[in-house]
Amino acid sequence: MRRQVVLITILAILIGLTVWITSLDKIGIYDVFSWSDLLSDARAHLKMVLIAEVIATSIAVPLAILVTRPGLKRLATPVIFGANVGQTLPSLAVIAIMAPLLGFGLQSAIVALCIYGLLPILRNSYAGINNIEPAIIEAGRGMGMTIGQIARKIELPLALPVIMAGIRISTVITVGTAELAVLVGGKGLGRITFTGVLARQPLLILQGAAPTAAMAIILGFILERIEKWMTPRGLQLKAGIS
Amino acid sequence: MIRLDQVTKIYPDGTEAVNEVSLEVGEGELCVLLGPSGCGKTTTMKVINRIIPITKGKIYIDGTDTTKIDEDELRRNIGYAIQEIGLFPHMTVGQNIQVVPALKGWPKDKRSERAEELLELVGMNSAEFMNKYPSELSGGQRQRVGVARALGADPPILLMDEPFGAIDPITRVRLQDEFLKIEQEIKKTIIFVTHDIYEAIKMGDKIALMNEGRLVQYDTPSNLLFKPKNEFVEQFVGADRALKGLQLIRVKELMTGTPPLAKADERVVTVQARMEREGVDCLAVVDNEGKFLGWVDRVNVGKGETVRDIINRSVATATANAVLSEALSLMLSSGFKTLAIVDGINKLEGVLSFDAIQLALSEVAQRRGSE
Repeated sequence: MRRQVVLITILAILIGLTVWITSLDKIGIYDVFSWSDLLSDARAHLKMVLIAEVIATSIAVPLAILVTRPGLKRLATPVIFGANVGQTLPSLAVIAIMAPLLGFGLQSAIVALCIYGLLPILRNSYAGINNIEPAIIEAGRGMGMTIGQIARKIELPLALPVIMAGIRISTVITVGTAELAVLVGGKGLGRITFTGVLARQPLLILQGAAPTAAMAIILGFILERIEKWMTPRGLQLKAGIS
Repeated sequence: MIRLDQVTKIYPDGTEAVNEVSLEVGEGELCVLLGPSGCGKTTTMKVINRIIPITKGKIYIDGTDTTKIDEDELRRNIGYAIQEIGLFPHMTVGQNIQVVPALKGWPKDKRSERAEELLELVGMNSAEFMNKYPSELSGGQRQRVGVARALGADPPILLMDEPFGAIDPITRVRLQDEFLKIEQEIKKTIIFVTHDIYEAIKMGDKIALMNEGRLVQYDTPSNLLFKPKNEFVEQFVGADRALKGLQLIRVKELMTGTPPLAKADERVVTVQARMEREGVDCLAVVDNEGKFLGWVDRVNVGKGETVRDIINRSVATATANAVLSEALSLMLSSGFKTLAIVDGINKLEGVLSFDAIQLALSEVAQRRGSE
């Protein structure tokens, strides 16, 4: 409850700032971005994040399922190791390296965001599936469930909350990382922020940064609700949520 | 029903978990796999439904080599109960119980009917618990659901891995008693793993005592207690085996199943001759339906013409499932050295004499004396 109050307060401040700055006519010698610029950049930003997340999720979750299969367990260590190393690379580096590889444009930005967003989902999905009590899996096997039935009826539902948490964390991070997309020819709120950086105008920077932060908070909140809604009731009781 | 033929399990790292174990479990028997931790008892259980593949040997169920049966099909026909953690936490009690029936494609109403019936069988109110989640249940309730789930599709065989393991001693004893009752109703062939000698003696028709992957002694509880094969068995059952035997061995193991009998309208002289021939001091008297009426005792033979005149009707009886200490206490308080063992409708199933108990207990003493 308290956390929600804090979040809503911060959100109100961020949106208030954005509205205030946008309503200014000029900052120093610079024109502020208009409402229509701001909204189209925000839409582009959101679109980029969502496309990247959908692709990242559809790669990371199957990959996590794959490396947790009994026969393929030895793949898990290198894959997770790779994921961990990837996570330590600066996001700027990941994005910057895409330009020479794939050229300037939206596709480079989305591929970079995918790679960076993939890692938290992969790590969480792997942990979620791998941390299921072995006795539960064995009970399923002992009762004659096939490998596929165990995956669908036991592993996925039990790991779903952790997988969803991974998607949420990844999305929130990606909203921030997507600011950098403009450097490799992508669109989004980064355009406004970086204009402000080049102009050395803090308020202009904020005109891009504040709505980005607001977007991260809102998306995080929505995904958290979905996460709770998707958590099987039997597990909610266990964790004492409900 | 289940036959293990020189079953060996060697893990890739060279550990010999099970070493040439051969044993046979008859239909409707409860066989306990007993032994210290790491003795291979759990592995032995898990090779039966092929959760663990064996290295050498053969396992037959009803004469069929289990490797010839589809693995999942085999498991759907063998109930599997493990400690409480094995319940699926995201499924309700009802859904948990219906897992195997659902896998076997039973129609929905038949499944839920079966789940209700099983919950009642394990002593839980189906209306109250059907839609609860495992996390809302106590440890004891979870164990009950585990047993109900194993019985889901009414399999002829049950495998139970310490099903009453992680639970407080009082609840544990209650669950054991209840399970013994259920077992008589359901008549399954059961493999039951435990490390607890008390539980083994109490639950088992036969006990397979294992050590270091080998089968040391496969015998009835009373033979394991009173005729230990070697020093390991002796140490494992403990020095207080006579006491354990009295507390845990059931009357049916020591009773004489087909004792000489007398009928109420027989002449005393005939009966007296029979007692002499059989070398006993008294005979159980039954009616034409085999129901127990009382005893005719050698010391009273002069007091009447027919058995009916001299019958001693005021004697206690026990059931075949009573433990020896109960039987002994009945004998001591009735002042009679023989006890009639009857079933639920007072039909005579056998007799148990004080001598039989004493003999069983003294065999141990003699063995110890001669060492």
